[in-house]
Amino acid sequence: MTLERRPVYLYDGTLEGFLCCVYESYARKEIPCEITSENGQTLLAEDASWIITDWDHAQKVYVSLDRKITMEAQDFIRKAFLIDDPDREMLMYRFIRMGYRYGRRVMDMLTDDTVGRLIRAVRGLEREAHSYMGFVRFTVYDQVMVSCIRPKNRVLPLLAPHFEDRFPEESFLIYDRTYRMAAVHKPEGTVLTSLDKLVLPPIEDSERAYHELWRCFQRTIAIESRTNPRCQMNHMPKRYWEELTEMP
Amino acid sequence: MDVYEKLTILTDAAKYDVACTSSGSDRAGRAGAVGNAVACGICHSFAADGRCISLLKVLMTNSCIYDCKYCVNRASRDTRRTAFTPEELAELTIQFYRRNYIEGLFLSSGVLKSPDYTTERMTRAIRLLRDGYRFNGYIHVKAIPGTSPELLRELGLLVDRMSINIELPSESSLRALAPQKESSAILRPMGLITSGIAENRSDLALYRHAPRFVPAGQSTQMIVGATPDSDHRILTLSEGLYKKYALKRVFFSAYSPVVEDPLLPSVFTTPPLLREHRLYQADWLMRFYGFSAEEIVSERYPNMNLAIDPKCNWAVRHMDEFPVEVNRASYERLLRVPGIGVQSARRIVQARRSGALDFDGLKKLGVVMKRARFFLTCSGKCAPDVTDDPEEVIRGLLSEKDRRMLPAATGEQLSFLDLPGIASGAARLLLPAGATTESREGGIML
Repeated sequence: MTLERRPVYLYDGTLEGFLCCVYESYARKEIPCEITSENGQTLLAEDASWIITDWDHAQKVYVSLDRKITMEAQDFIRKAFLIDDPDREMLMYRFIRMGYRYGRRVMDMLTDDTVGRLIRAVRGLEREAHSYMGFVRFTVYDQVMVSCIRPKNRVLPLLAPHFEDRFPEESFLIYDRTYRMAAVHKPEGTVLTSLDKLVLPPIEDSERAYHELWRCFQRTIAIESRTNPRCQMNHMPKRYWEELTEMP
Repeated sequence: MDVYEKLTILTDAAKYDVACTSSGSDRAGRAGAVGNAVACGICHSFAADGRCISLLKVLMTNSCIYDCKYCVNRASRDTRRTAFTPEELAELTIQFYRRNYIEGLFLSSGVLKSPDYTTERMTRAIRLLRDGYRFNGYIHVKAIPGTSPELLRELGLLVDRMSINIELPSESSLRALAPQKESSAILRPMGLITSGIAENRSDLALYRHAPRFVPAGQSTQMIVGATPDSDHRILTLSEGLYKKYALKRVFFSAYSPVVEDPLLPSVFTTPPLLREHRLYQADWLMRFYGFSAEEIVSERYPNMNLAIDPKCNWAVRHMDEFPVEVNRASYERLLRVPGIGVQSARRIVQARRSGALDFDGLKKLGVVMKRARFFLTCSGKCAPDVTDDPEEVIRGLLSEKDRRMLPAATGEQLSFLDLPGIASGAARLLLPAGATTESREGGIML
């Protein structure tokens, strides 16, 4: 393995594309210094190479995660791909290299800088997805329920199955403003799709009445003698308020 | 009266009920139905008092034939009374649920006419939700003491969790403040639910599709600070409820004065929030850390030290059990170390499989070194600048926040320092003098 040459890998931004970068680095016996899907300045870097997404290659790497590390690692990499970290691809790449070397033990190396950071980030992703299971607010437009969120991580793939299970007979849309993605559910099934802009019709009066009822409940349930805005904000940070019907 | 007004009145009347958790049931969605239940529970919002909102917590009615002194809904109080119809309540629940405001319903009620009559009304609303709206989400119902066993059984098959408030931690307090309720009227249905759950478990072993009876278990709550009952009484009672009645949770509610009565603390007292917080910490120690009530409080020291959390308190009184060697100690021993919680103890056990841990590594695992450093060694080495002088240890354990949380004056709540064998200098540092005397009357016999 030559260490002198440290190329930049460009890929299409899909998990399959990333797995192909792992494949290529082994095929070419080189270690990239960066793996990115953002075609900004990096395109100009002299040692950038575009990695073509090949489904077979991706599949080979994906299967190897289970065979050489553990099934847990497979699931872990799928989640790690959703985290909000500018270095996520390189962290994942280094994690996979370590996994090939140490096998299942890599999952226990919590104090290692790469593994620890990745595990903490995935924990953060899971926590955020869990928070949104509560903080998603649907507004009913005719027969479709719509919710917008502005998450840090790409939570939609973790969030959509929960609501799909919860409202199998409803039609709903959850729009992720950060990554411009939408989960669209109809009784026939769910799809995740990119969506640049979402324009909504005005809210009907009958719907506003429910918003008012909910605000009334949220206000009334608090005990005045225990008022504790700090505690409220710790549990429900301000960044969620924008989409919460009951918050100012 | 419109639904908005009813909701205001019946929420206001329900807000002193503590439990709002939606945990304990794990139920996938079904085709043709609305809803599922997630084992860990989901918080949907937080009220201005910082408490989680998970369920639509309302009363069926705030009319009540009882006259319990501490209660906002007592019969003799001059307040507006109203009631939901089963239809109104079911529609409101389902519309809130669809918009993802709530995880389900928490229904309680004042007693209208008789316990049975009240329970029948609640059952009608819940049955409408389950059968009419095909609602598959979480339902917590408060059982009305004195309801007949058949009705409770019917209700139990429709809900996830059932609870009966034990209200006050001793028979004497109950006699003084809720003369129409007896502890037997509370404990009998509690026992019924416990045995119902146990029977159901054996039914389920035989028939997979047997209907589930109270699958998320039962809980209870008691008011803290309205009566002179000690922490010792409260915690041993809780322990008994966990053991004997297999309760899932015991909740504590710091008494907020709602009425003027010579038997109650004055309306100007603030709710004993710090004491409530310490009780929850102790409760956590009993449920997840393998502590017994007697390890936390005793006949001799019946109240917890408000200045220091119960786990630290236990640790400084048992310095002979420390230090614990991080790389070898069992999970149970690790859990006893202040600054190590369930998560970090698990992580330690996991991480040390791949190599020895040092202090730097522990920090990365989420161990609170500020507290843990006094009680640990890593591969035989102590943390730098650590003494085992208890006085120093206590000084180190008390955070700025701990000191701020201390009430300014010596109230009823403050106990004398529960640290036998420790120099009185440290004791003075921690607390002003002032001891609570425990009432000698009998507790509730389980």
